Amino acid sequence: MKYGTLILHNGNELDPRTGALSIPIYQASTYHQHDIEHPGEYDYSRSGNPTREALEKTMAALENGVKGYAFASGMAATSSALAILKQGDHIVAAEDIYGGSFRILTRFFSKFGIEPTFVDMSDLENIRKAIRPNTKALFLETPSNPLLKITDIRGAVSIARENGLITILDNTFMSPYFQKPLDLGVDIVIHSATKFLGGHSDVVGGVAVTKSLELAGQIYFVQNGFGAVLGPQDSWLLLRGIKTLRARMVIEQQAALLIAKWLQHQSWVTDVYYPGLPEHPGYKIHQTQATGSGAVLSFKTDTPRRAIQIMQKVKLWSVAVSLGGVESILSYPVKMSHASIPPKERERLGITDNLIRLSVGLEEAEDLMEDLETGSRSLGL
Amino acid sequence: MKIETTLAHAGLCTDGTTGAISTPIYQTAAFSHPALGASTGYDYSRTANPTRQVLENVMAGLEKGDRGFAFSSGMAAITAVLMLFSPGDHLVVSDDLYGGTYRNFEKNFKPYGIEASYVDTSGRVNLAEAIIPGKTKAVFIETPTNPLMKVTDLKKVIEASRRLGLWVIVDNTFMTPYLQRPLELGADIVVHSGTKYLGGHNDLLSGIVVTRMKALSERVAFIQNSTGGVLGPQDSWLMLRGIKTLALRMDKQQQNAARIAEWLSKQATVNKVFYPGLENHSGHATQSRQASGFGAMLSFTVKDVALIEKVINRVSVITFAESLGGVETLITYPVRQTHADIPADVRQRIGVTDDLLRISVGIEDVTDLIDDLEQAMNG
Repeated sequence: MKYGTLILHNGNELDPRTGALSIPIYQASTYHQHDIEHPGEYDYSRSGNPTREALEKTMAALENGVKGYAFASGMAATSSALAILKQGDHIVAAEDIYGGSFRILTRFFSKFGIEPTFVDMSDLENIRKAIRPNTKALFLETPSNPLLKITDIRGAVSIARENGLITILDNTFMSPYFQKPLDLGVDIVIHSATKFLGGHSDVVGGVAVTKSLELAGQIYFVQNGFGAVLGPQDSWLLLRGIKTLRARMVIEQQAALLIAKWLQHQSWVTDVYYPGLPEHPGYKIHQTQATGSGAVLSFKTDTPRRAIQIMQKVKLWSVAVSLGGVESILSYPVKMSHASIPPKERERLGITDNLIRLSVGLEEAEDLMEDLETGSRSLGL
Repeated sequence: MKIETTLAHAGLCTDGTTGAISTPIYQTAAFSHPALGASTGYDYSRTANPTRQVLENVMAGLEKGDRGFAFSSGMAAITAVLMLFSPGDHLVVSDDLYGGTYRNFEKNFKPYGIEASYVDTSGRVNLAEAIIPGKTKAVFIETPTNPLMKVTDLKKVIEASRRLGLWVIVDNTFMTPYLQRPLELGADIVVHSGTKYLGGHNDLLSGIVVTRMKALSERVAFIQNSTGGVLGPQDSWLMLRGIKTLALRMDKQQQNAARIAEWLSKQATVNKVFYPGLENHSGHATQSRQASGFGAMLSFTVKDVALIEKVINRVSVITFAESLGGVETLITYPVRQTHADIPADVRQRIGVTDDLLRISVGIEDVTDLIDDLEQAMNG
């Protein structure tokens, strides 16, 4: 079966009892037990809910994993996956990881005795150098947020295997439609399902998928124990969103490539970051590990003032945090997604005050470019 | 304003634009910014969602706290509170508490270096003896406890904790703010499984934290936002809807519970009945002082263990299921269900034995419930 078909037909699309073409929303907290000696499949929705389970199984199928787990947000998924680490463990993470992931590693997990080291993973040597005797895991995000740096997944996995480490990868930007990290040897994939999986900026959710049953058991224990599960309504909305994942990803990526190329030719743009451009330093590696380049790109303007001016003038682009929706979203990482990273560190990473991140939606690319053009021109410089 | 009115008005007219009587469900992840550096007050729903926020404000108002926080489950709420602590910290915890909380302490937080010791906070507890000087940071109480309905004297424990500089955290799930408001008695944090009486219909999972002081509110807000175990908008709305009928449900449920407790006390096959509304219950006087009701949870032991299976398999109006607090009456076998995570020797010591059944009494007609128990036990 081709992947585009699998998205719609993976065994979790029908209600077995009624044949309904939409999974019922089981708005239930608890389940009647028929027999004290033989507990039923479901007892309490924190431990298992049929609607959430349909989503979890769908995600396991789409990521080619054994088990999926749905959480109340991407950060709940990330926190729960990281909670399998123990006091005294060390983790090597990508330095330009999502600001929220950076924050929980430095403010929470470090407090509980799990120490992070952040390195530029676009050079594998940096990973190797950061590994210590107590290192237990690598935490990758590729393409990274917001500079779309590419990490060689196979290379990182082989370093992890040499050293007996678990590899965790945040696959939010690509979605399994473009990139299947478990096939490349990654152990745990996490998602902010709020983004491309949901796709409509209407759900906050997170997902973790594992390749082994052993890791699945560990994550399930945390999911059930900490209880940051996704509700049935939001689970159903995610299932609904996933049905159009391919259609959205294909259209959004087409527009993103057009906009990236167009930006390269604008006099007021100094840099464009998009892994689908042959000039991108990670282009070649990305082509070997993903089937597309996604719909997120960033660019730098000649002056910070112009970046601000664009934000003030655009009409079609929503100025908002988040990404991955059908609506195009423009964001300013310095003040939004990456505000929780200290300014000095941000500067070093290249997250400067003239950087704009775009999440391209389903509008016509020409309209989106015109809107950016108007925003840039009206500057009274 | 009387609490019944506050409850009925939960979330009323919170939509300024349309005047809708019911709070809108903001099924949105992100919010557009009017301009750079300007915000409507909402940026991203993990941080703040208007529907969830109405619920959070309602809960803060009902518990008379500074701020409320809604989480995706009761355990997510308790986890967020436990994340306030650091390795090396120690907590004194009620020994007869929900198995999920016990598991969270033992399996999730112990490996992070946060220790708990379990004491019977309903007895003549000498807190000064239970604490580890320099390490103990808080007391975590369930009252009445689950499933043995032991009552802790909140005022006494809070006063003693204050002298020792400890926070007091109270799981108020069984009572709800309609019957008991620990923050008014000086507790620092109240937690709830909102799945239970607050939601009231066995149809949603949720958890609530309410803080008394601003300094703690800010820390909980930080944890809620960073670890992200937030309640979704649909479930937030369902919970607001549930809260509107809390007083009605509670009144009816505790009336039914009192009748069932009396009936059980008279059965030859029953050994002990645990319900704080019974005058012979050890916590009856304390409960009467600190709460305005006795709730709708009760448990009982039977003389012959063989009766347990018979009751569970024969009840037909009453449902055999985990959870509690809903409009339907549920019967639970704690040893196998809610408290299965507590080691057998600990269970035995605290009295969660294999002859114990727990009932969460609903709003059905009480004669139907008693008839059902009658045919199941004595038929």
